[in-house]
Amino acid sequence: MAAVIERGARDSRSTFAKIVNDERNRSIFWQVIVFGLIGYVCWYLFTNTAANLEARGMSSGFDFLGTNAGFDIAWSIIPYEPQDTFGRVYLVGLTNTLAVSLLAIVLTTILGFIIGVLRLSHNWLISTMAAWYVEIFRNTPLLLQIIFWYTAVFSVLPRPKQSIDIGGIGLFELNNRGLYFPEPQPGDLFWITMLAIFVAIATVYFLAVWAKRRQLTTGERFPVFWTSLGILFGLPIVVFLVTGSPLAWSIPELKGFNFQGGTSLPPSFLALFFALVIYHSSYIAENVRAGILSVSHGQTEASYSLGLKPGWTLRLIIIPQALRAIMPPLISTWMTVVKNSSLAVAIGFPDLVSVFMQTSINIGGHAIEIVAMVMLFYSSVSLIISAALNYYNTRVQLKER
Amino acid sequence: MSEEVVLSGGEEHIASAISEEVVITFEDVNKWYGEFHVLKDINLSVRKGERIVICGPSGSGKSTLIRCINRLEPHQDGHIVVNGVNLDANVKNIDAIRSDVGMVFQSFNLFPHLTVVENCTLAPMWVKKMPLAEAEQIAMKYLERVKIPEQAQKYPGQLSGGQQQRVAIARSLCMNPSIMLFDEPTSALDPEMISEVLDVMVELAETGMTMLCVTHEMAFAKKVADRVIFMDFGEIVEENAPDEFFGNAKVDRTQLFLSQILAH
Ligand SMILES: Nc1ncnc2c1ncn2[C@@H]1O[C@H](COP(=O)(O)OP(=O)(O)OP(=O)(O)O)[C@@H](O)[C@H]1O
Ligand SMILES: [Mg+2]
Repeated sequence: MAAVIERGARDSRSTFAKIVNDERNRSIFWQVIVFGLIGYVCWYLFTNTAANLEARGMSSGFDFLGTNAGFDIAWSIIPYEPQDTFGRVYLVGLTNTLAVSLLAIVLTTILGFIIGVLRLSHNWLISTMAAWYVEIFRNTPLLLQIIFWYTAVFSVLPRPKQSIDIGGIGLFELNNRGLYFPEPQPGDLFWITMLAIFVAIATVYFLAVWAKRRQLTTGERFPVFWTSLGILFGLPIVVFLVTGSPLAWSIPELKGFNFQGGTSLPPSFLALFFALVIYHSSYIAENVRAGILSVSHGQTEASYSLGLKPGWTLRLIIIPQALRAIMPPLISTWMTVVKNSSLAVAIGFPDLVSVFMQTSINIGGHAIEIVAMVMLFYSSVSLIISAALNYYNTRVQLKER
Repeated sequence: MSEEVVLSGGEEHIASAISEEVVITFEDVNKWYGEFHVLKDINLSVRKGERIVICGPSGSGKSTLIRCINRLEPHQDGHIVVNGVNLDANVKNIDAIRSDVGMVFQSFNLFPHLTVVENCTLAPMWVKKMPLAEAEQIAMKYLERVKIPEQAQKYPGQLSGGQQQRVAIARSLCMNPSIMLFDEPTSALDPEMISEVLDVMVELAETGMTMLCVTHEMAFAKKVADRVIFMDFGEIVEENAPDEFFGNAKVDRTQLFLSQILAH
């Protein structure tokens, strides 16, 4: 009898213990606690700050975005006038940041891959030079490099009259006011060429699908790469010529002390861009090298021993495996490029942080709202990029036991 | 090591169907790695259907020897002729030889990003321009032969070592090779998986495949080999029928080596 009672007691205790000891319940419990704490801290900070601001008679809220900014911005992608609103300033900063970041991301990726592959070269001189490149640029602070490019390179260039003519064809002029280059001015019929570009891209896509299906069913292969290249360039060029070349160029020309016509990038843009590209390409080069080395030589040998040629081996065996190792750090480097572009503040490039967090706050206040908006921008970009990364990872993850 | 391995289907030597046709010839072959003389005056001829087991101490050049046959390693001196094709720097010859000579590695070397069946269909589709349906049919045929058709849709990382090595054998067979090379196919395996791989190799031998196999599995050698070759310091020291070889080796070095591996 006693034993039965004891068993019963233990059972009732064990249902509670079961709930408490369940791994899932525990993790839910801790998540609830953590979210609760975060929520409380945010609420506290918000109400507290709002109360403080009110006590000092400072208005809060986002109404200021509609008011006049009243200051000029040295360079912008989208048109901007001093009488535009703070909302417009936000957009200008955001597009400037995105412009320099996207351009830097594309170039740093290309350069990083090239340097990474060169570092694996069998040629001693080439691999050593690539190694030096990586070591030098990876091991000095980015801010130092930005200031170097700005103060030691792009702002000490000759004056417009003595511009450096890049390529010697009179189209790209570099001087202490920046880089001047021709600006395309599309004519009425230019949209047909744009359309042709889209048609070419779609054609290439369907061609690839068709060629793949044909290989699966008949085993015959089709030279997709070269044909695609032909279509991608050929079609738009033919359409462009047939529609009477509807694209004029405004060419920069020296008039007096400065260039007229064309368009230009200021020294601060060039310095930031160069520094971002070179600094981050050294990281990407390391990732690429490590990624390629992570594919064992046995894979190449197995592929060769099956009769697969070196080119196919690279494409079907080595690259797909190396990319798995390269992509995650590559994508997080892209995120870093966007965030590091905010170091533009140091050389006065009008990026988001510079025009909105510095100038706008100095002139119009609203620090809390502005900081929140800037944070929102950077974290949305990071979230979008990491969502892409997660999607990629789940798609290519190696299945292991 | 070898005593524990039990091959299914008894111990007797399986009948061989050796034809007169010579498919591999080594003629005074020498190879160096830098200063290191790894193959010394190798002369060897292998006839169609012949099954050869190569053994010898570590570093004696066994792997190098068989890797020269599909030119994973180039030789510097002498001639190697495979299926009537002289192996030199001619890329066309190398491609032709490689698609006709299968190779199985100690470390399996399956492609981890492809499923088992994709591992098997890749080379037939690209090298032989085979349609997918046909390549898959052939792949399934050989996966059945190595007794793992049910694993076809899995990835190599999801299989045991023995299963991976059997996939590697099936992958090579899908190219319908006339010669199969094995470089210590079981030495990376746990003991209980060794016999499942050796069984597959014995069955392959029964089909009349020309086989060169670097292994120290004596049970396998006794059952399958027509000739056993002993290598040491880059030389072929002794070659003989398995009974003679294991029963009364002529050379001291061979005897010493045999006593060492049997003592395990
Ligand atoms: N790529 C290489 N470069 C330099 N030396 C090498 C290279 N590959 C092999 N060797 C050397 O050549 C010799 C023979 O190597 P090999 O791999 O053919 O030996 P093995 O008989 O297969 O040995 P094991 O039983 O350990 O596999 C070894 O001394 C090895 O160190
Ligand atoms: Mg070896």
